[in-house]
Amino acid sequence: MEIVHVYTKVRAEFGRQCMFSDRPAELLLDLQPDPSVGQTFVSRNPRDVAPQVCRAMSEHQVNTERFESSSCGMNHVEGGWPKDINPAEMEQTIRFRKKVEKDEGYVNSVLHLGSVMEHCSRQNNAADIYQDYFEEEEESEEGQETPFAKTINVFRDPNEVKRTVTALSWHPDSSRKLAAAYSCLEFQKSTRDMSLDSYIWDIENPNRPEMALKPTSPLICLEYNPKDSHTLVGGSYNGQIAYWDTRRGSQPVEFSSVEQSHRDPVYKIIWLQSKTGTDAFSASTDGQVLWWDVRKLSEPTERLVLDLSREGNLDRALGAISLEFEATMPTKFMVGTEQGVVVSCNRKAKTAAEKIVCTYEGHHGPVYALQRNPFFPKNFLTVGDWTARIWSEDIKESSIMWTKYQTSFLMDTCWSPVRPSVFFTVKMDGVLDHCVLSPSAGPQVCDQALYSLRVQDNGRFLACGSQQGGATLLEICPGLSTLQKNEKSLLAAMFERETKREKILEARQKEIRLKERSRSAQSREEEGGGGGGGAREEGEDSPDQLISNAENNFYNIVEAELRRRREKEEEENQEKDVCEEKEVKEEEEEEEEEER
Amino acid sequence: MAEVEETLKRIQSQKGVQGVIIVNSEGIPIKTTLDNSSTVQYAGLIHQLVMKARSTVRDIDPQNDLTFLRVRSKKNEIMIAPDKDYFLIVIQNPSD
Repeated sequence: MEIVHVYTKVRAEFGRQCMFSDRPAELLLDLQPDPSVGQTFVSRNPRDVAPQVCRAMSEHQVNTERFESSSCGMNHVEGGWPKDINPAEMEQTIRFRKKVEKDEGYVNSVLHLGSVMEHCSRQNNAADIYQDYFEEEEESEEGQETPFAKTINVFRDPNEVKRTVTALSWHPDSSRKLAAAYSCLEFQKSTRDMSLDSYIWDIENPNRPEMALKPTSPLICLEYNPKDSHTLVGGSYNGQIAYWDTRRGSQPVEFSSVEQSHRDPVYKIIWLQSKTGTDAFSASTDGQVLWWDVRKLSEPTERLVLDLSREGNLDRALGAISLEFEATMPTKFMVGTEQGVVVSCNRKAKTAAEKIVCTYEGHHGPVYALQRNPFFPKNFLTVGDWTARIWSEDIKESSIMWTKYQTSFLMDTCWSPVRPSVFFTVKMDGVLDHCVLSPSAGPQVCDQALYSLRVQDNGRFLACGSQQGGATLLEICPGLSTLQKNEKSLLAAMFERETKREKILEARQKEIRLKERSRSAQSREEEGGGGGGGAREEGEDSPDQLISNAENNFYNIVEAELRRRREKEEEENQEKDVCEEKEVKEEEEEEEEEER
Repeated sequence: MAEVEETLKRIQSQKGVQGVIIVNSEGIPIKTTLDNSSTVQYAGLIHQLVMKARSTVRDIDPQNDLTFLRVRSKKNEIMIAPDKDYFLIVIQNPSD
């Protein structure tokens, strides 16, 4: 409905002066409310709104897109010549120069500058003013500065869908390249368009990976061949092993056949020491450890089933999550399992049954990482559930040292290759801890959970990988990466002491068990035989006597142990967690309860 | 003209001097004892450096001006004497 107001004026009246006059208001139009229109609206709840006389503003955050930059060189060519002179023409340039040389201003300038210059030049020749004094003095150890790690670079997954960095491997020679394996470990979370690639990064260039490795299934673990720095071997999510040669491009040179490979994701693969330098072995949660020769990946050279009953039964096998192999002990290797047990195996054993040598129990959850101390190969470090534990090979009952229960899951660990008493751990809350045989909180590396960790061979740099696909490169402070005096001997003494303590505890427990068994055997004999009164009396007295005897013995031993430990603690000058003591006491108490 | 030659010869004959270049205010090398490509490189780069150094000195104190610039590096020392219209650049190997 259009509202129109028509206004007419007689033509003869155009141009005349306006005569204004007053008149009462005239109703031109009256629009009545139309209730039918009201049906199309919904009434709102009355709300209190406080108006304010100011401009309505809204807060808005803007983040500029990351600028992709690339470096390139520029070629400088001669320039600066006046317009009429062509720098290529020798004649013109020479003529120009001769003209300048004749200029008087030039002569005066040069004479003046020459004298200044001579003065300085002679000065240089007279004495070396920048001589280094005190060059020979060694840098003394600085005071206890808080150790730190500085983030140098972050290498982000260039794909849209971010995957976890599940493994990292440093290039064996130059340490300038880092290979990272990307995959999504969460069950069935990988989407169809998730990229399968894993990348090799050059640490100088965090913008673009140097090379991409294209497997058919995402890689979970990746290792450079320590002997041949061009080859890599990787284990993938579908259980296959792939072998790359970086000189040949991104596609794998060879793939293992699906039937002969693992049936579960390959969690760890390690190169072996061999004459040909082409052997590797891999572990997976399907319970098998397979040996491969990378020249012929169609079937594994050897197979081991991690069945603790030594029957080779695959259904009862433990799933393997981590592997450990030390080149100095080529016949032994260790496997960390999902069930929290570390299995130590001998490679050279003849039968499969003999392959599994012994087991170490102690973790409540999967043993995510396992590594021997490079300086003390008899001791190894494991990480799983919320603790990191250090074990001695001889003591199978429990670890000799362990950290407090941390607040979040520990995912990976490694010893520092330079300092024997330092190891690094990464946790699910994104924190990288360094432990100088006692955990001290490290810097928060990133907000996302950290999954993998690898220290470079010279001990200065460390790379850790996160859940969102970012690999962070950190530089460790010099305090943590230089070997201190006496460190090796102190650490050796510490390990020995702890091992001895565990041995004593073990022996004590065995003794108690033996006594218990022999006494129960004795009392059974007596009851059965219905022997003399004396014997029966002994039998009746013995339970109470046993208990009180055991109690007394127990307290004596604990006291002796405490005394000994106090003395030892005074000797050493490194801190240690006191909860070990409490745990020991709890263990002993539990034994007591069992006996009763 | 002859004095200029003499001065330059004297500087050149000092112990450790590797090269002498005279550059004008536009960056054109007038006289040099090095080969052309090095001369051009030095002329271009040092020109910018001197401009920057001079402006730095004058920004801090407008009454001040740059009189001499020494750039000491691991392998040698570059000495630059600036003037209104010309610079004199001498590359010397210091006395060790």
